[in-house]
Amino acid sequence: MSETMIGIYVFVLSCVIGYHVIWGVTPALHTPLMAVTNAISAIVIVGAILVAGTGDNGFTVVEVVGFMAVFLAAINIFGGFVVTNRILSMFKKKK
Amino acid sequence: MLTSGLSPELIKDIFAAVYLVATLFFILGLKGLSSPKTALKGNTYAMLGMLIAVVTTLFYPTVKSYYWILAGLILGGTIGTVIALRIQMTAMPQLVAALHSFVGLSAVFVAIGTYFSHKQAGELNSTLMVELAAGSFIGAITFTGSVIAFGKLQELLSSNPLIFKGQHYLNLLLGLVMFGFGAHFAMTDSFVSFMVMTGIALLLGFTLVLPIGGADMPVVVSMLNSYSGWAACATGFTLKNNLLITTGALVGSSGAILSYIMCKAMNRSIISVILGGFGGETAAASTAVGGKTVKSAAVEDAAFMLENSKKCIIVPGYGMAVAQAQHVIKELMLVLQEKEIEVKFAIHPVAGRMPGHMNVLLAESDIPYDCVFEMDEINSEFSNTDVVLIVGANDVVNPAAKTDKSSPLYGMPILDCYKARQVYVIKRSMRAGYAGVDNALFYYDNCALVFGDAKAVTEGMIKALKEG
Repeated sequence: MSETMIGIYVFVLSCVIGYHVIWGVTPALHTPLMAVTNAISAIVIVGAILVAGTGDNGFTVVEVVGFMAVFLAAINIFGGFVVTNRILSMFKKKK
Repeated sequence: MLTSGLSPELIKDIFAAVYLVATLFFILGLKGLSSPKTALKGNTYAMLGMLIAVVTTLFYPTVKSYYWILAGLILGGTIGTVIALRIQMTAMPQLVAALHSFVGLSAVFVAIGTYFSHKQAGELNSTLMVELAAGSFIGAITFTGSVIAFGKLQELLSSNPLIFKGQHYLNLLLGLVMFGFGAHFAMTDSFVSFMVMTGIALLLGFTLVLPIGGADMPVVVSMLNSYSGWAACATGFTLKNNLLITTGALVGSSGAILSYIMCKAMNRSIISVILGGFGGETAAASTAVGGKTVKSAAVEDAAFMLENSKKCIIVPGYGMAVAQAQHVIKELMLVLQEKEIEVKFAIHPVAGRMPGHMNVLLAESDIPYDCVFEMDEINSEFSNTDVVLIVGANDVVNPAAKTDKSSPLYGMPILDCYKARQVYVIKRSMRAGYAGVDNALFYYDNCALVFGDAKAVTEGMIKALKEG
């Protein structure tokens, strides 16, 4: 199998896992679900780090573009996780 | 370097193995959200997964310099944390839209950066360029689409749908031209085509979301959530990184399922939402339906009825969020509970501006989640309920959705408030709901309207109950 084909396998199977896991999420937590999926979609930071770290600390286009990508993804990761934590801490049971 | 002395293949496998661990943590994290009890732990798992992914990537053999990375991490991390700590819960839909836009733009930058780094290394081929094009255009549409969604939710833009003639043809044309330039880029490695394609995708994000009205925002926000996942997926394909593909697919399917749930709760097809034009504010027909007229009640009357009830259900809607009434609602709940009246909350899936919006606001005001029920759980209870209090909800309680075949709402599942002995609707004016449809419930014999701001009216009720 080519790498792309392996990627397609992984992709399709992940969608199946996603389908089952997400239907299990209680509707009351749909807002934190969006916040946390938002945070983890910032996994593009892996690509961003690879781009930003290629050079030698200069001012090349690649590095500046990479920096922007890391910067934006980092806002998402921290913003998403912190706000999810805030929301979830508010959900309390009857005393 | 940590990895020196090992064969490149082995190094690749080691990284892939660690990334697999991160993937599992993400799945565990989402699994935790199946119950509020395990949700916080789930979030911790997801954070752990991200930490593993980021730290591992820092050791990747091709990562040679750290200044730009650290600068981005520290700056972005600080800004993200500060925003997340300060944001008001009522502004959550805007925040989520804004965050989606960042992921989208980040994916565009990653695609551009990867293009240059692979070009320098002489590793460009047409498969990679197709994947780069996909990552860039999905990211670009997510970016501008989310910016518009943010503008509408923040009310910087009118939440009315913006429609003009030939809109769908324009979108179709833009889409085709975009794919054309994408294909040209993949075949000829023309950077100009790559940029033109991305530019058109940016434009398409605007033109796709502008025609969608305020009431459809829960669907749009979910859809953009989904797009941000697919963007991560496409990025994963360009980097041959299964962690990104898996995570992106999880997020993508999450957003897609949420969009589906929202559409179903409005009895609308996803196509009709995307085409837009629904949800303009039109003047309500104030003419009586079937010779009946609307009754209005004084705050004290409603309080009296509440006091003499055994069971009441409160139905919150977007109006509660606008009036910031969730805290006084909680006080009302406590006053009623002191008088040994059973209080429950009923939430329609599309109440508010994003999925689960109302649950968050009620949780914020310390209302225990086991008093809060979803539509399917509570609909059978309305018939043995004494008083239903509707706070800022409208279309989701309109019985015309069941009875009136000519209503645009017909077929939409509703909360069966009309079955209760007495219904009070707190409302600012006789304006129609977001669907622009007159609410048949208001003309029912067992329904009365209490005019005023949700917060002020609720405060009035609490006062009357305490005195009474």
